[in-house]
Amino acid sequence: MKYTLASFASGLIFGIGLLVSGMSNPEKVLGFLDIAGLWDPSLAFVMGGAIVVGLFAFAFARRRTLSFLGYHMKLPAGDRVDKRLVIGSLLFGAGWGLAGFCPGPGLVALGAGEAKAAVFVISMIAGMAVFELLEKARARA
Amino acid sequence: MIDIAWDNFTPWSALFGGMIIGISAAAFILLNGRIAGISGILGGLLTPRKTDILWRVAFLAGIIGAPAIWLLAADLPAIEINASLPMIILAGLLVGVGTRYGSGCTSGHGVCGLSRLSPRSLVATLAFMATGFITVYLIRHVAGV
Repeated sequence: MKYTLASFASGLIFGIGLLVSGMSNPEKVLGFLDIAGLWDPSLAFVMGGAIVVGLFAFAFARRRTLSFLGYHMKLPAGDRVDKRLVIGSLLFGAGWGLAGFCPGPGLVALGAGEAKAAVFVISMIAGMAVFELLEKARARA
Repeated sequence: MIDIAWDNFTPWSALFGGMIIGISAAAFILLNGRIAGISGILGGLLTPRKTDILWRVAFLAGIIGAPAIWLLAADLPAIEINASLPMIILAGLLVGVGTRYGSGCTSGHGVCGLSRLSPRSLVATLAFMATGFITVYLIRHVAGV
């Protein structure tokens, strides 16, 4: 119950942060990615603000084995840079640049009742399903 | 030379909103011991394990519900989606496949990973930023859409 509530609260705060920062607006995100046009550096400030807070939180988290609520810390263990990481991220960036949506803002815009955001989220879930199918095929091979 | 869009540039709300996002990531790691990576939280629902469903749905309900909570206090900020429907569908498919292969998106790699000083996340962030810049360049300045 605590775990579920903390998850809900974290998601809610995340969404509010996206709305405050302006990043729930794809046109603003594209303004950042359009470095050859009129460039809007705002997204860099969003990441900067998030990372300043995150640096402290993760430095603190790294020294703990249990969270404040008593759950195991699930910090990613691997640090291997491989082909999957790079190719996947390159594909993600291309999709991001096409519409100005990454997963978080897509969900916030869906919550705001934007029909096109619903299409984006459904397509994104379909893309994730394609990944799972490819992984299953790979496991069988 | 880079021309800054001074009329659209919102450094303070960007910084402040970013800090709120950082607080969310901090709360999630410090309370639940987990990385606030949206693509991973959503993608994990496609191969669900029993103990794993509720917290994922709760997190996603929070983020999707944020505009409704916001509306209790103020009007929603503008959301301008100018891409055509076929572009949106292609974008969604690429974001879905790409974030799962790359094990993360702007939140998991860009915010949490860089905060952890993870070399893996730095590579991922540089990679998706690079194709993001290139794609927008091609669309706006080569194809001229």
